Formats: sequence, C-alpha cells, structure tokens
Amino acid sequence: MSLDVLTFLFVGASFVLYIGIAIWARAGSTKEFYVAGGGVPPIANGMATAADWMSAASFISLAGLVSFIGRDGSAYLMGWTGGYVLLALLLAPYLRKFGKFTVPDFIGDRYYSQTARVIAVVCTIVISFTYVAGQMRGVGIVFSRYLHVDINTGVIIGMAIVFFYAVLGGMKGITYTQVAQYCVLILAFTVPAFFLSAQITGHFLPQIGLGATLDSGMSVLATLDQLSIDLGFHQYTEGKKSTIDLFFLTVALMCGTAGLPHVIVRFFTVPRVKDARISAGYALIFIALLYTAVPGVAGFGRVNLIQTINGADGTGTAYAEMPAWFKNWENTGLLAWQDRNGDGKVQYSAGKAFDAGKGKPKFTEERGEHGERLTSNAITSADPAVAAGNKPFANEVYVDRDIMVLANPDIAQLPNWVIALVAAGAVAAALSTAAGLLLVISTAISHDLMKKTINPDISDKQELMYARLAAIVAICIAGYFGINPPGFVAQVVALAFGLACASVFPAIIMGIFWTRHNSQGAIAGMLVGLVTTMCYMYYFAFGGGTPDQYFMGISPGGFGTVGAILHLIVGFVVSSMTQEPPQEIQDIVADLRIPRGAGEAHDH
Amino acid sequence: MSISNEQAQAYWRENLRIIMTHLAVWFVVSYGCAILFVEQLNEIPFFGFPLGFWFGQQGSIFVFVILIWTYVVSMNKLDEKYDVHE
Repeated sequence: MSLDVLTFLFVGASFVLYIGIAIWARAGSTKEFYVAGGGVPPIANGMATAADWMSAASFISLAGLVSFIGRDGSAYLMGWTGGYVLLALLLAPYLRKFGKFTVPDFIGDRYYSQTARVIAVVCTIVISFTYVAGQMRGVGIVFSRYLHVDINTGVIIGMAIVFFYAVLGGMKGITYTQVAQYCVLILAFTVPAFFLSAQITGHFLPQIGLGATLDSGMSVLATLDQLSIDLGFHQYTEGKKSTIDLFFLTVALMCGTAGLPHVIVRFFTVPRVKDARISAGYALIFIALLYTAVPGVAGFGRVNLIQTINGADGTGTAYAEMPAWFKNWENTGLLAWQDRNGDGKVQYSAGKAFDAGKGKPKFTEERGEHGERLTSNAITSADPAVAAGNKPFANEVYVDRDIMVLANPDIAQLPNWVIALVAAGAVAAALSTAAGLLLVISTAISHDLMKKTINPDISDKQELMYARLAAIVAICIAGYFGINPPGFVAQVVALAFGLACASVFPAIIMGIFWTRHNSQGAIAGMLVGLVTTMCYMYYFAFGGGTPDQYFMGISPGGFGTVGAILHLIVGFVVSSMTQEPPQEIQDIVADLRIPRGAGEAHDH
Repeated sequence: MSISNEQAQAYWRENLRIIMTHLAVWFVVSYGCAILFVEQLNEIPFFGFPLGFWFGQQGSIFVFVILIWTYVVSMNKLDEKYDVHE
C-alpha cells in the first residue's frame, strides 16, 4: 500500500477510536466535566497525564532540539521529567486532599482573596493559550506533510476532532481519549526508535544503542563529536551554555512543569490522596518510556542527517541524487537548499545557510537549475570560517528542527507503515495536549470567573453550559493561532514555563508548607514573580536586549527561576509584616496535610 | 480529623523528612551530576557514554522514576503507622 493510503488509514482509524470513546464517555454534570467524576483509576490517570503532558513539543520538537544542541538538551530532558518528582512530593497529594476543581480554586480559597483568584485565572489562561497554539501548529505540519492538505485545512480538521470530544465529554471524555492517545503516541515514538537503533547499532533499545560502538570502531557519541567538530559545530557531548544558565533553565523547566495548570488538574481526578501519589509514579514511568528514547533518536537522527547529506566521503551529495524525503520536506518549506559555492552539491555544516532575514528561507515560486526551490534570500558565498579552515565548506542547508522526528523514518528508509504510525502518533500527541489545555481554559472561565467571581447563583446546568461555550470559543482562538502562528512561538513557550515557575508554583508550595502565609504575601509574591519574569522576557524578545546584558548570564528561558526566588522573598517579607491568616484558613492547611477523608473532589 | 494534634505534627515532621531525603537525591543526580560536576564526571566512561552526559540525558530520568516510587512506598507505610490512610 502506498504511504498516503496507509497514513490516511492510520490517522483515520485513530480518529474513529477517539470519537467512539467520546460518545461512550459523555459528561452529564460539572463534576464529570471538570474532574471526570473523581473516580479515575491511578494507572489510567497516569497514562492520561502522560498523554496530556507529552505534547507536539515532546513528540515532534524535543528530539530535534536535543539533536541540534547536544548536551544542553539535558536541561529539557531533566526539566520536563524532574518536575514530576516535585509534583509527586510537594503538590499532588495535598491538592488532591484539598479537593477542588482547579488551580485558581486552591489559590483563591487558601488565600481567601478574589484578587489572588483572578491573578491565578489570568496565569492559567495565558499559560494554556500559549501552549495550545503550538499544538495546533503541530497538527498542521503533520497534515501538510503526510496528507498533502493545506496546513490550514489540517488545523481545522484537528479543531473539529478536539471540539467533538472536549466539548461533549469534558474531563471524562478527555481522560479516556488520552489513555488511547497515549498508547498510539508511545508506539509511534518507540517503534521507529527501535528500528533506527537496530539499524545503526545492532541494539534494539535506543537507551543502550546510543552508547554502542559502530562498525568504524568508534562509539556513536564519539562519531557525533568528531562529525560536529569537523563541520564547525560545537562538540555534541559538551555544552555551549554556561553552567549557571543551564542550572537556572533546568530549575525553571522543573518548577514550571510542576506549576502547569493542565498537569496539576489531572491529580484532582483520582479517588484518594494515595492514588494521587501513585498516579504521579505511573505518569513518570509512561513519560520516561518516551523521554529516555529521545537522546537515542536525536543522536541517530543527527548522524543519519549529516551522513546522508554530506555523503559517504563527506563532500556533499548532488541535488539530483538527494533522496525523496529531502524534496518532500523542501515542499513543506521546513527544509531548504541554496547552492552557495555553485557546485550543484548539497553540503551541510555549521552556520546559517540563509544569512539574510534571520536565517530563514523566503521561498519564491520558482525552481532553480537543479530543480530546487528558490528563495529570495541573497546568496552569500563567502564564509569566514571556511577561509579560516574551521570547516570544509559553507553550510547550504536550512533544516527546521521540528522535522527531525518526522523525517527520521524517511531518512533511515524505514517501511511505510512505520512512517504512517509516526504521523498518527504526532497527531495524537498534539490533540491530547490541546484537549487538556482547552479544558483548563474553559474551566477557568466557567468555574473560576463565572461561578466563583461574577455570578455565584448560576446552577450546575448553567455552569456546564458556560464551560462548553468557553471551550468552543477557546478552540476557535486556538485554531486562529494555529493558522496564523505568531512568529515568536519559542519565546511564548518560554513565557508559559516562566510564568508557571514564578507565579503558580511558589504560591501553591507556600500555601501548603507555610501555614502563616497570608493573602497579602501571596498577592505581592505572585505579582512580583509575574511582572519581573514578563518584563525580562519582553525586553530580550522585543525590547532590543542583547545576550551580553543578561542578568548574571541567565537567558530569558531560565529567568523564571529568578522570578520564583523573588516571589518567595517578597512573599515571606510581606506576609511576616502583616497579620496572620484567619484560624479557619490555618485549619484548612492543617487538614490538607492529613490524607484521610479526601473523599471525592467536591464543590464546597 | 481523627488523630490528635501532637500525632498530626509528628506525622508532618516525618513526612517532611521523607520529602527532604528524596529531594536531596533528586538534586544530586540532576543538578549535581549533570550540571555542576558534569565536566569531572565526563572523564569517566560509562557504557560508551561520558558519565556526566549520561546522567543528564538518561540516568537522572531513571532515578526520578525510582524516587517517586520509593516515596509512594514510604508514604503508604507512614500513613498506616499514624492511621491516616484511607
């Protein structure tokens, strides 16, 4: 069967499965809509959490990122898994005992303040929208490459599917769809990883394969280091980031992960405190299955990419002889070639191939003499690093990092069904996360804003209607961002983690572990964390800041950690200077520390 | 609450102790081995990996999984000891 038919079958079958589950698990009450009735078994919740968490970023982008930045990718690998240790030890059990529906619920009640609640609502909505835009783009990329539809049509199909099960099923529909999506995405990631590893190293497990020795007698990592140095890249196993920057970035990603509302809310769905801890344990196992395979996929992908493009002799491959995947990805605009030295060969090395315009190719409709897509970027043939003898030739290839995972099976010439499976997996990863985020947004609006802030008198039925309406609006906005992606996605995602790390995470931790913390301290802390982090990121993204102005050498991605530290200090000082919280609040804190009596998630 | 105040405080103290020991390990494998002392550890080969690099990309994740499960087991025991389990 052709790849197109197979892809259509795999993706289509997965959609039928998701819709079937959605119909089976319709939500009838707000409790089912918000927390799936509070009766999800821990292992199912673990899978749902893993699917919720592993987004298009984990599935599509992470291996690409590690592949291109080598050791510094450790910050993301550790940050996005180590956060679960914080979640399991410091947050999940207590929030489950507290027994409400949302993160703003906890912050509003614990700090007995509507202001605190509204700040938490704003953080939740900003964080979740930021994230959801990336998911929709992921769906668009997959559709445009494999189903040959326009990216926009792909986004609309994705929206329709999510609309169906998120609006109809709420948390209940989402939870059980996510269980199915986890199975699809983990198969889709690990099967090609096994193939790749076996093909390159003879070991099935990429976790072991990455350390294996190749036929040449060098290990995979030594080969990568050698290739990287020869081509003018930094050594794969050495970092480029300073120790302090890497440290702060890792802290920001870990605390940010633990503070993301759509992850936290999953722990409200299990029956007991004990189950909250256990499901965090399951979730991390399921996540680790993918994350520990990532470095292997990244390393093998990089070796394959360099060797395929530069050829066995390392001098480049004639464009006419490039395999089909190169041209397919060129058609999506995520890969481009310009013949800087005019020898008709494709050559890949360090540096930007397209100097003008931030290094991104701007395609024209025309084709060049070899059949390549032409761009309007000016061709610069001179490359000082070549003249200096640091690399054999100037870089002629633009590769979007996001295509690594998707292109890997193509590059390694794996069977068509594996490629089709990867497409279905990428869609599953994007949709499961998008649905979880949309639910958090709709809950924040219907529950925290409508019910708890604006109009407390609405009935359960009305609240459910508002939740569904909010979900519909949120899907439309997410779809808009998917079709018109903001050009600053990377900065915005860093912002999501920064905000979660600097505002949500410390507020919850202090609320649980420091009985004396009061509303004034919490509000001051959250605002300080929020404002400093936002200003710092804004300044370096849009305000013309340059890296040499970094505070202590910390890049914007790691600044959330500084925001969190300021939050803790300001919160502590303000709280100590103002009066202690009322006795009933202190009793609530004492109570949430004792597991017994969690019962079901309840609404007062 | 079915247990006395003193017992609740004793339970909380032991809980904090369990959290702190687990977080200490969490810190050492990730921030210690993979960031602060990565250069030194990279001198040691480990199944084809430089050891510091291995901790950053594989080892720490395995340790995180083990940590959550030992925490689950210790807390379940603690809950039963103080009779606060469900």
